[in-house]
Amino acid sequence: MSMATTTPTRAPVVEAAVPNHAAEARRARRRQNLVGWLFISPIVVGVVAFQFVPILVSIGASLTDWNGISAPKFVGIRNFTDLFGEDPLFLQTFKNTIYFTLASIPLTIGIGLVLALLCARPIRGVAFFRTAYFAPYVTNVVAIGFVWFWFFQPDNGVVNGLLSQVGITGPQWLSSSAWAMPAVVMVSVWQGIGYPMIILLAGLQGLPTEYFESAKLDGAGAVQRLRFITLPLLTPHFLFLLITQFITSFQVFGLIYVMTKGGPGHATSVYIFNIYQNAFSFGKVGYASAMAWILFAVIAAVTFLQWKLQKRWVFYS
Amino acid sequence: MSRTSQYVVMSLFAVVFLAPLVWMISASLRPEAKVLSVPPQFLPKDAQWDNYRQIFELIPVFLWNSVKLAGLNVVGVLAVASMAGYAFARLRFAGRDLAFMVLLATSIIPGIAYLIPQYIVFRQMGWVDTQYPLWVPKVLTPVFATFLMRQSFLTIPQELEDAGKIDGASTFGIYRRIMLPQTKPALAAIGVFTFLESWNDLFGPLIYINSENLQTLPVALAQFQGEYFTQISLLMCGATVSVVPVIAVFLFAQRYFIQGITMTGMKG
Repeated sequence: MSMATTTPTRAPVVEAAVPNHAAEARRARRRQNLVGWLFISPIVVGVVAFQFVPILVSIGASLTDWNGISAPKFVGIRNFTDLFGEDPLFLQTFKNTIYFTLASIPLTIGIGLVLALLCARPIRGVAFFRTAYFAPYVTNVVAIGFVWFWFFQPDNGVVNGLLSQVGITGPQWLSSSAWAMPAVVMVSVWQGIGYPMIILLAGLQGLPTEYFESAKLDGAGAVQRLRFITLPLLTPHFLFLLITQFITSFQVFGLIYVMTKGGPGHATSVYIFNIYQNAFSFGKVGYASAMAWILFAVIAAVTFLQWKLQKRWVFYS
Repeated sequence: MSRTSQYVVMSLFAVVFLAPLVWMISASLRPEAKVLSVPPQFLPKDAQWDNYRQIFELIPVFLWNSVKLAGLNVVGVLAVASMAGYAFARLRFAGRDLAFMVLLATSIIPGIAYLIPQYIVFRQMGWVDTQYPLWVPKVLTPVFATFLMRQSFLTIPQELEDAGKIDGASTFGIYRRIMLPQTKPALAAIGVFTFLESWNDLFGPLIYINSENLQTLPVALAQFQGEYFTQISLLMCGATVSVVPVIAVFLFAQRYFIQGITMTGMKG
């Protein structure tokens, strides 16, 4: 790629050879285009082959009765009407997912905020604590799921052992249809807290100090400063966390797969788990694709709503 | 809040977050009969190091698969994403901005929507029960990493690039020898993320791998627990071995990891 053809200051010098120059410029532009597309060709080929085409296939498949092997049979929107009309499991896994999401998001962001506030004060050893709170986040769900599976054993597990020390008879946890989901939510919050903590910590460290100094001079106490300065200034971070946490919580899979396999009964069967079973265990590819697009519609709608509603509460300084 | 009470609160939280991981390590060292003793023994007196000798007779192949796939993913993603990121940030060519917008737009579609047809295509290609689906599609679609690399390349001063052009270096030479070394923090952040994502992946190995000699370590623990890891202590040994490399990478590269999170909000 030569600079001469694109640098206008050279123009007077080559004025005499305009036709030549134009041809040269065209050749150089073609070359530039070729080089650019060569650089991005791996990702372009990858996204087209592994995302675009499968997405188109998936849209088509959602309108068919298809096991992924024999020829698909077009059924129009019947998968969708079946899902909403005649599939109690679809509705239950949907409800379970909403339960999981509504329980885990406030806890994850709330405790994450507490930890971020604690870690934001410059004291000795803060790096150790920050690393400790973050460690579960990088740990694989299989190891975590196993440990907590044993912790939640009703008779000889650690959790009920600790509860009995303070005179509480713990529930059956993972084998109870009422307590399995709270147990899974607790583990998920325990594992996921590091992410909002880091985001909010970065937010706290980026806050302008002038506000706090003048508030101090005006006699505002620590709680007032938190309530009226820190939290409003962090609202853009809260919005970001609400959006991202919703997207990930609504697609929870790993922890549930390891800890409960959706049980007992269907008490912890969540949306992705249901798709996984339909697509890969029961071979109902068309049906599972329809479920995937409903999931997309829900995520897109909620994200859009959160984005639109931000005017009401997000504060941009 | 006083300094002392802050330390007390922070330590209590630290216990909550670390105790399960400490329990995992201590359970891996206990004789099987004492694994679930109540109250839990966090520091076993009679450490059974032999548990680890036993586990290392079972898991080298799983460990190798995890290491191999993580390596392929990290190297591949860094190469593909840095080249694309460089082109989107510094090269001028027709259709550049449109291509970039289209790439970003695909990232809002949840993975499950294309994972199902992907599985069917891979089955047609005979890729089920091979390791290709665990790295080829990931290496060729690093959209977030490309975004991050583009941001990083945008911050490099133009003079550096011009100097390379005057020296007559090719576009690839400028990218490889002049520009790429300037983006080390972004490369490190993406490398750590990609390593974690590959190592901790559950869904991919679960749907694609049936043969045990191809399985990754974390998923092998889940899939073959009834066959090989019948004792809880051995299972916890395996779990510990599956966690240690990740914690080591995290401790070593924590700065880049946190940078990566705060820069793009991408998730491992």
